[in-house]
Amino acid sequence: MLEIKNLHAEVGGKEILKGLSLSIGDGEVHAIMGPNGSGKSTLSYVLSGREGYEVRQGDITYCGESLIGMLPEERAAKGVFLAFQYPLEIPGVSTMNFLRTAYNAQLKARGVEELDAASFLRMVRAKADLLKVSSEMLKRPLNVGFSGGEKKRNEILQMALFEPRLAILDETDSGLDIDALKLVADGVNALRAPDRSMLVITHYQRLLDYIIPDFVHVLSNGRIIKSGGKELALELERDGYESIVSSAA
Amino acid sequence: MVAVQDTVKDVHALDVDKYKYGFVTDIESDMAPKGLNEGIIKFISAKKNEPEWMLELRLQAFDRWKEMEEPTWAKVSYDSIDFQDIHYYAAPKSDADRPESLDDVDPELLKTYEKLGIPLVEQALLAGVKNVAVDAVFDSVSVVTTFKESLAEAGVIFCPISEALQKHPELVKKYLGSVVPMSDNFYATLNSAVFTDGSFVYIPEGVRCPMELSTYFRINEANTGQFERTLIIAEKGSYVSYLEGCTAPMRDENQLHAAVVELIAMEDAEIKYSTVQNWYPGDAEGKGGIYNFVTKRGDCRGANSKISWTQVETGSAVTWKYPSCILRGDNSVGEFYSIAITNNHQQADTGTKMIHLGKNTRSRIISKGISAGQAQSTYRGQVNINRKAAGARNYTQCDSLLIGSKCGAHTVPYIESRNPSAIVEHEATTSKLSEEQLFYCRQRGLSEEEAVALLVNGFCRDVLQQLPMEFAVEAQKLVSISLEGSVG
Repeated sequence: MLEIKNLHAEVGGKEILKGLSLSIGDGEVHAIMGPNGSGKSTLSYVLSGREGYEVRQGDITYCGESLIGMLPEERAAKGVFLAFQYPLEIPGVSTMNFLRTAYNAQLKARGVEELDAASFLRMVRAKADLLKVSSEMLKRPLNVGFSGGEKKRNEILQMALFEPRLAILDETDSGLDIDALKLVADGVNALRAPDRSMLVITHYQRLLDYIIPDFVHVLSNGRIIKSGGKELALELERDGYESIVSSAA
Repeated sequence: MVAVQDTVKDVHALDVDKYKYGFVTDIESDMAPKGLNEGIIKFISAKKNEPEWMLELRLQAFDRWKEMEEPTWAKVSYDSIDFQDIHYYAAPKSDADRPESLDDVDPELLKTYEKLGIPLVEQALLAGVKNVAVDAVFDSVSVVTTFKESLAEAGVIFCPISEALQKHPELVKKYLGSVVPMSDNFYATLNSAVFTDGSFVYIPEGVRCPMELSTYFRINEANTGQFERTLIIAEKGSYVSYLEGCTAPMRDENQLHAAVVELIAMEDAEIKYSTVQNWYPGDAEGKGGIYNFVTKRGDCRGANSKISWTQVETGSAVTWKYPSCILRGDNSVGEFYSIAITNNHQQADTGTKMIHLGKNTRSRIISKGISAGQAQSTYRGQVNINRKAAGARNYTQCDSLLIGSKCGAHTVPYIESRNPSAIVEHEATTSKLSEEQLFYCRQRGLSEEEAVALLVNGFCRDVLQQLPMEFAVEAQKLVSISLEGSVG
């Protein structure tokens, strides 16, 4: 469902991704690990279409269609979801309002009729309960004054709501204590489905104890230098990035 | 935020013409020749069949004005105004005999207001829908006032000020100029000499006005100035909520609007005054647009009285406006909630003055300035605590939001406290609409325009909440429309 071929991308004139190739099938969970500055976050932004992340070479095919040049909101409506490492605060806009506005915008883009307020509320409540997101939290301005755990749970709540075909989780474990991590991981695992693929970007192996990937890739200097099964993550944890990077070089 | 969705629909419905109020009504007008002199002032006074004392006041103001100079301290720049090149009086001809009821109003005028979305029809009261009484001012005259009878039953007087001069001259004489003195400033003095119409509101003791009152100002004729005068008196223990809206056709020349508004709140009375100002702002290159030079002041004359100003300023090429409160009565309260949006080449220098004279007086200022394009927006505020104002308190919060990198936001607070027991707080922030926030919203499916609308409405929320419900949605839409095309 996602095919990245020889992807070269730059930010501010500097090449960050240098020939990255990756193939993800339906329902698969892929983990991308790599040291700081290897290009993990850049990959997530290039896939979701953030301005300033320019593709110079290569292609990204998603469900048979190239993503290159597509607006972020068009990608979102087609089922590309990014759980942010640092979710943004939006003062003055309640979480519930934000969810509804975004949800209806996606429906509209797909040519589906908008959901009425009452049905939407019921749907959000049911999904929020699973992630222990309280109705009080839904009334607060989006992410304003949320703890690290609350912000990440709110990201996963949005993932549950938008039901993406491709979910990119950018360092979802950062800033979480062990209880919060478990809660978030349970939320993600509950969303695993045959028609939903995931790309889990992480620094540490810890998250992969809870979200067990089908494949693990090591990203270094803008390219994938090693791929393997879930055991590759353990190997990395034991030996560090350095040994893999130097043996691949 | 369903309103945002509606907004976006509206924005698309507007297609090319961003300023949807820019049309001209083809109507025959009765106009005074261009220019300003005693003769014109006498002409206006005679047209209105005014009492002799009113004409004298006008002429005094005119004499005073001739010696005054245009203020230049505001952070705005514009071509100087030729005061002799303006028509000081323009009225629809059909209005020569002022219509007594809606049935007599020129259908062309009714159509104009319908197009503007202003209901001039006295609809039967629907369950759960509140009625709004409207005074419609077209160029220099009020063309119709709705719900006069129902208001009269409650003892409320709501009529054009020209009519009040006929029917209630004693009230007008007693209060006119008692808050904004005739020689207050250059534009207020000019207004005192040449004002043509505006609204008059009188709420008797103990009466809670049964509906929202509103005046809708429309400039139609070219080369005219609109000089309206509004006077609101709330007697002891009364309450009124009043809203004004303003629009004008798109024209290449600048037009002057210099209004004076005076509010008087007696003991335990409350006046809530809201403005949605959407004068033609000029085109994207800065050509044309209204000069909006307005003096608004409220006097909390009695103890425990309250005056609250809420303004949503999105139009005009240049805005110069400081709705203020004189907190004379002990324990009186003044509030100022403002959203000022400037886009393209618009300039706004706006804020408030809170003058604390009485004991335990309180004031609260929340100002949200949004600048986009090459616009310049200034908050200018003054908090003055008098020697006798023991226990006075002020809280000011002043936030600016910049969209793009060519606009500017400025904050100029003056604080003067002469009483050691007073507490004055001032908070100010300036932020830029962040690319990260926009991207976050777009990643969730909002278009760039929807994202801007959502973020700006969020930024303005504290102020939007202060508007009467009937107008809050409209204001929200206006906020979004004004910023159309400000990014990307």
